[in-house]
Amino acid sequence: MKSPAQLLPKAKIIVAGSGLLFAASFSLGQEAITGSTPEDRIVVTTDQDVAIGIHPGTIEDLHDYRSNPERRSATYNLGRAATEEEISAWDIGVSPDGQGLPAGSGDSKRGAALYALHCAACHGQEGEGIPPNGALVSDGNNGKTIGSYWPYPTTVFDYIRRAMPFGTPGSLSDQEVYSITAFLLYRNDLITEDTVIDANNLPGIKMPNADKFTPDDRESYNYVH
Amino acid sequence: MSSEQQPTGNSRTGDEYPTDASPDSEVPNEATSISRRRLLSGAGAIGTAFIFGKSTELAAQTEQSSPILDPSSDTSKVLGTPGTELGQRSPHEKISRFLRPGRPWTSGTPHEDLMGTITPSDLHFERHHSGVPAIDPAKYALLIHGMVDRPSVFSLDNLKHFPSVTSVHFLECAGNYPSRPDENTRPSRVAPLLSNSEWTGVPLRILLEEVGVDPDASWLIAEGQDAVKMNRSIPIEKAWDDAMIAYGQNGEPLRPEQGYPARLFNPGWEGNTSIKWLRRIEVTKQPSMTREETVRYSEYTKGNKIRQFSFVMDARSLITSPGYPETIRPGFVQIQGIAWSGRGKISQVEISVDNRKTWQPAILQEPVLSKSCTRFHFPWQWDGEPAVIWSRAKDETGYRQPSLDEHKASRDGRRGYHTNFTVGWNVGADGEVAYYPQEDWKT
Repeated sequence: MKSPAQLLPKAKIIVAGSGLLFAASFSLGQEAITGSTPEDRIVVTTDQDVAIGIHPGTIEDLHDYRSNPERRSATYNLGRAATEEEISAWDIGVSPDGQGLPAGSGDSKRGAALYALHCAACHGQEGEGIPPNGALVSDGNNGKTIGSYWPYPTTVFDYIRRAMPFGTPGSLSDQEVYSITAFLLYRNDLITEDTVIDANNLPGIKMPNADKFTPDDRESYNYVH
Repeated sequence: MSSEQQPTGNSRTGDEYPTDASPDSEVPNEATSISRRRLLSGAGAIGTAFIFGKSTELAAQTEQSSPILDPSSDTSKVLGTPGTELGQRSPHEKISRFLRPGRPWTSGTPHEDLMGTITPSDLHFERHHSGVPAIDPAKYALLIHGMVDRPSVFSLDNLKHFPSVTSVHFLECAGNYPSRPDENTRPSRVAPLLSNSEWTGVPLRILLEEVGVDPDASWLIAEGQDAVKMNRSIPIEKAWDDAMIAYGQNGEPLRPEQGYPARLFNPGWEGNTSIKWLRRIEVTKQPSMTREETVRYSEYTKGNKIRQFSFVMDARSLITSPGYPETIRPGFVQIQGIAWSGRGKISQVEISVDNRKTWQPAILQEPVLSKSCTRFHFPWQWDGEPAVIWSRAKDETGYRQPSLDEHKASRDGRRGYHTNFTVGWNVGADGEVAYYPQEDWKT
């Protein structure tokens, strides 16, 4: 049997909160073998290939590709080179480690005014949500709010910049997105009112729910799991 | 920890569908309540005519309305209409996706009106988060960059010149179950966000090989050009399995609402990962942890954990007939429906006509294809006694569709995405068929 490291050599570098993402399905699978399950229930395998739904054989080709630099030359000569300008025009993604976060900063006081102007009509003055739009701010027991559910602070910035305000996405400056992000993090008791957030400190803000996230291991079992 | 103390991630106040749908259901409930009595009166009359059709009196009535004897229904004595550029359904067939007021970003496939396995493209379900973008194919570009040797831009024409593949697969939204089904829930409303098509495109692996992927890369961040710039992180292994960039659906270009002119298609995986209107793929070492793979499309499971990157759609079956609002009559009744699994081929569908006391195998209609809808049939002789009929699917990996109790137990009683438990249909002594309510969810 192959080790997870062999099959998914980069699994270990997945960021905090879901570290060893796929290796975790291994230990869970082995756990189930020793459990008292009905006779018609079996753990299909603890093989990593199956755990992430990849057909054996095709994964071998990926290994071959990775170990053979000669396979990295172009075959069909279709398409053209992308320019740096094109890439930067579309490359808006933000990673949990902060990669992709732009220059600039924001704080909750500026964010409060921006939120009232751009967000409150759909999400409520206090972030309580206006059906069918869910709450953004936790009041202790109101579902998937930023404070109660979201595992990464960078996702807040990314999603606001990517998709909000609804109907006019892209209309806010990066500075404004930082401030609205700060306001929402502050209202969820994740930062203080005076905290100025930027590319350096946003990724490190602790999200209370992050450690609950676990990798999918359903395909290690042939029954609902 | 007792269940009462656990956070209620599925509280209805906490999501996009707080008034009448569970947060993890993207399925609309019935928009309007149609009078069941009115619907059934016509069907009942037909049934009566069948049962007593041999009596002399009714035979005489039948003769008077016989299409064979009615000159006005004889089309064989007049010319028909000429050929047309674009075919249309018969004007007698009123078949459509169903919408819901106040929910503009979804429409459902009317399973009970369909036959076979292929969903006509104009009836394929829709689910988008910010509407359908209008893309000029001449201005379409796919950017592939990140951990690649040759960051590249491909036009639609470029994509069509790569080696292509065609295969039949279902596409299913992960939130494909109504929040509050009742006895008037139709089969299509149980799983409206499922459709099955023949997809044509270029294998994603071929595109990645063309740009040269860094051997240290593990993830692909796929992004659309809709107004939410929908994005998901995909393990690179899927590209070496069966992911494709699709530009064709059922023999023609993709429909706009299905991602025209090109989309990612991940066979067997939750629909949201198959990014429509695909414009960018970034090759990376780590997932992006987008909103759609953290806040959405994750679900509470056992032990107060939240399952993430739950890509595969597990086996499920749906009886499409008989179901509400049909009325059946004693004698032969063909139970039929569709079954599918994101893990591979359907290996068996079992039917129970005695409310799950016993199960019997249904006939699977060939071809049975991997990660595709399979039609099943079961010939039933209904004796006229009240009955509850069920279906359950099993796939080639041995996975069997769970009961509601098994499903709930696997999640400490919570519902959420990837709901695939078995459902039943209640047949009354009068032949009226109704959804069999069984849910009792923790909220």
